Amino acid sequence: MDYTSMYSATLFGLDYPTLWFLVVGGVFSGYAILDGFDLGAGSLHLFFKKEENRRIALNAVGPVWDGNEVWLVIGGGALFAGFPDLYATLFSGLYVPFMLFVALLIFRAVSIEFRSKEKMLWWRKLWDTTYMISSSGLSIALGAVLANVLEGMPINEAGDYVGNGWDFLSPYAIIIGLTTWALFMMHGAIYLALKTQGAMYEFVTLWVKRSIIFFILMFLIASGYTMLFVEHMVAPLKEHPVLLLLPLVALLSIANIPRLAEKRKFTLAFVFSALTVSMLFILVAIGLFPTFLASTIDPAYNITVYTSAASEKTLGIMLLMASIGAPLVGLYTFIVYRSFRGKVKLDEHSY
Amino acid sequence: MAPLYDNRTIVAMSVEILSRIQFAFTVSFHYIYPPLSIGLGLLMVLFEGSYLRTGKEVYHTLARFWTKIFALTFGIGVATGIVMEFEFGTNWAAYSRFVGDIFGSALAAEGLFAFALESGFLGILLFGWNRVSKGMHFIATLGVWLGSMFSAVWIVVANSWQQTPAGFHLVGHGMNVRAEVTDFWAMVFNPSSVDRLSHTWIGAFLAGGFLIISVHAWYLLKGKHIEVSKKALQIAIPFVAVVSLAQLFTGHHSAEGVAKNQPAKLAALEGHYADTAAADMYIMGWVDQENQTVRGLKVPGGLSFLLDYDFEHPVPGLNAFAEQDRPKQVNAVFQFYHLMVAIGMALIGISLLAWWLLYRGKLWEHKWLLRVLVWSAILPQLANQFGWFAAEMGRQPWVVYGLLRTSDAFSLAVSKQQLVFSLVLFAVIYSLLFSLFIYLLNKKIVHGPEDRTLRDYRPKQASTAEIYKS
Repeated sequence: MDYTSMYSATLFGLDYPTLWFLVVGGVFSGYAILDGFDLGAGSLHLFFKKEENRRIALNAVGPVWDGNEVWLVIGGGALFAGFPDLYATLFSGLYVPFMLFVALLIFRAVSIEFRSKEKMLWWRKLWDTTYMISSSGLSIALGAVLANVLEGMPINEAGDYVGNGWDFLSPYAIIIGLTTWALFMMHGAIYLALKTQGAMYEFVTLWVKRSIIFFILMFLIASGYTMLFVEHMVAPLKEHPVLLLLPLVALLSIANIPRLAEKRKFTLAFVFSALTVSMLFILVAIGLFPTFLASTIDPAYNITVYTSAASEKTLGIMLLMASIGAPLVGLYTFIVYRSFRGKVKLDEHSY
Repeated sequence: MAPLYDNRTIVAMSVEILSRIQFAFTVSFHYIYPPLSIGLGLLMVLFEGSYLRTGKEVYHTLARFWTKIFALTFGIGVATGIVMEFEFGTNWAAYSRFVGDIFGSALAAEGLFAFALESGFLGILLFGWNRVSKGMHFIATLGVWLGSMFSAVWIVVANSWQQTPAGFHLVGHGMNVRAEVTDFWAMVFNPSSVDRLSHTWIGAFLAGGFLIISVHAWYLLKGKHIEVSKKALQIAIPFVAVVSLAQLFTGHHSAEGVAKNQPAKLAALEGHYADTAAADMYIMGWVDQENQTVRGLKVPGGLSFLLDYDFEHPVPGLNAFAEQDRPKQVNAVFQFYHLMVAIGMALIGISLLAWWLLYRGKLWEHKWLLRVLVWSAILPQLANQFGWFAAEMGRQPWVVYGLLRTSDAFSLAVSKQQLVFSLVLFAVIYSLLFSLFIYLLNKKIVHGPEDRTLRDYRPKQASTAEIYKS
């Protein structure tokens, strides 16, 4: 059955499933940039030893983490809405990882909300620990899920996952999981550098350096593994050498981060770590398209952008909604970040 | 191969049951919180709006105090809500494929127009008191409340479409059949959307309103925070009195809609079996499913009268529908429905009496009524839960009414073991979460609203640093 012919309408020369694929990619990339820094900051939490520093670190993300997490809700909704078949296959196939993921999400929300509500030392230590574990676990889980999408999954003709429950834990999933963790830590450390001052600021800059090294190391391993063992992800680059410009931009962007961090230009460093996140997403999108989730059983069972998309009418409605909604979301985000710009100041409303 | 197949059917059956248990458990737990956010949000808007208008410190104190309680409910609501969004895909893959084209656009709209608004401004609402102007803070409070109202719109639209599908056509066949939108607005304004949305909103107003009444009635009994508490009750009691009366109308309208669009559900609500006979309305009762009778206190022909103002009006009973097309748990549906109605009536009675005494300036003298008000916070919560139980169990055996059966909707890729694992996981986490919630809620209530004129503005670090030393 020729699915592509079902989608004739175009906008900017792209058909609706492709456009929605870009929207989904854009939302998840926005999510990674925004929630990425608070997950990263959380992953560094226990390295801050003083109570006041922990509170500053927590309150640096305090007013915004909830809004950042909404991008995940929007992303999930966008996936469900635009590609119901993919959403159904992916979520039911990766059942255990997704259940652990939501468990960690809850622990994280609880840790942030409840940590400073009691003064007992054990109470605060407990929630500090769960905050760091859940932030790290979520970063790794996000990467692991992505790796499963990149590698493909055992999917049968009906689109149902037929692997065993622990297949998701492949070496690639672990590598990409750790890479994501390292990326978020770097991103989060830079964010904290923007929000802190004095001795804590000095300490944070140390962690900016460490996490940059960790990330570059993981990035090299992940790139090598992808080129060797996940060839279909790099095939489009080989086919169209002009696309090699994109990994080049990504590399330059990554190289810029340590340079700017060294000069203590953290605002720019943050811009470039955000750019790095989006460049990596663009590379993922190019590697995948038009397949969304490859079947490791038979390429005929691949779930593509076209076979899993919603109807053209729904996609059209949602593109309209997105074009109205996106500026609004941008506006709220702008207002909130503007209201809390500058270094963290603790007051009686802080966590 | 025959035994293998049988095996699979048994496994599949328990996967269905376990998936239903998990969904029911997680959604019931989730539903404690969003109604509180909606209801508290509205009253916070009223408190803060009054502060802006009059400049009186008492309103400011109320707005700040309830914002703190709101923060507690909101965080849990978001976290448990993401669970719901994921569960459509993890546990109900076949359902997601079937409804994705329709349900999906509602969920996307919910994320874009509702969650982004409420979570975006939440930061300013909670942490912005000293950061932004009074006007901007009020806009943030309003934004958070409107966001929570919109989120109810889209999720109730999606659920209502499952009850009364409209504006779609079926595409494909066999396992690949799915519903696609043909008319977006017909889908949004499907026959039950408006009734169920207004009913849900008011249920949420009652949940928030009665929590506020409960806490401040308790302060009055304890002789604490008298001035703020009297002010809070003067606003909240008339509010709940008006909306609990309004709930009677939205409820009645909803029931008329059920009669028209989901007759098998209506029959289950009243345990009405006899095929096209006049139907009674029970005040309370017990359905004997074996013998298809109901014992209890009834108004003969009452249901017929409510639907057509005629005690003889014939109403199709459960037996008018094939056995496999009607709900099985008739007594449960009956009980949940009647409990909801009974609680609704009780709330009207309590709030009207309190309003009358308040009007005459005598409420503070009636300690017994204040004690009743303290416990009243639990009633709208129960009514909200029971109402949804009746609505969702009454929809069975369909997950999408008349189109997709629950038994065809669950994920084939998920095993029984995985479900047992996740169910235990949720049971543990939610028990912990609930205990923490109650503990901290209690703590905040005991601590009470700040008297800002006496406040010590030294930063908190000094005291907390000392703890680390000790």
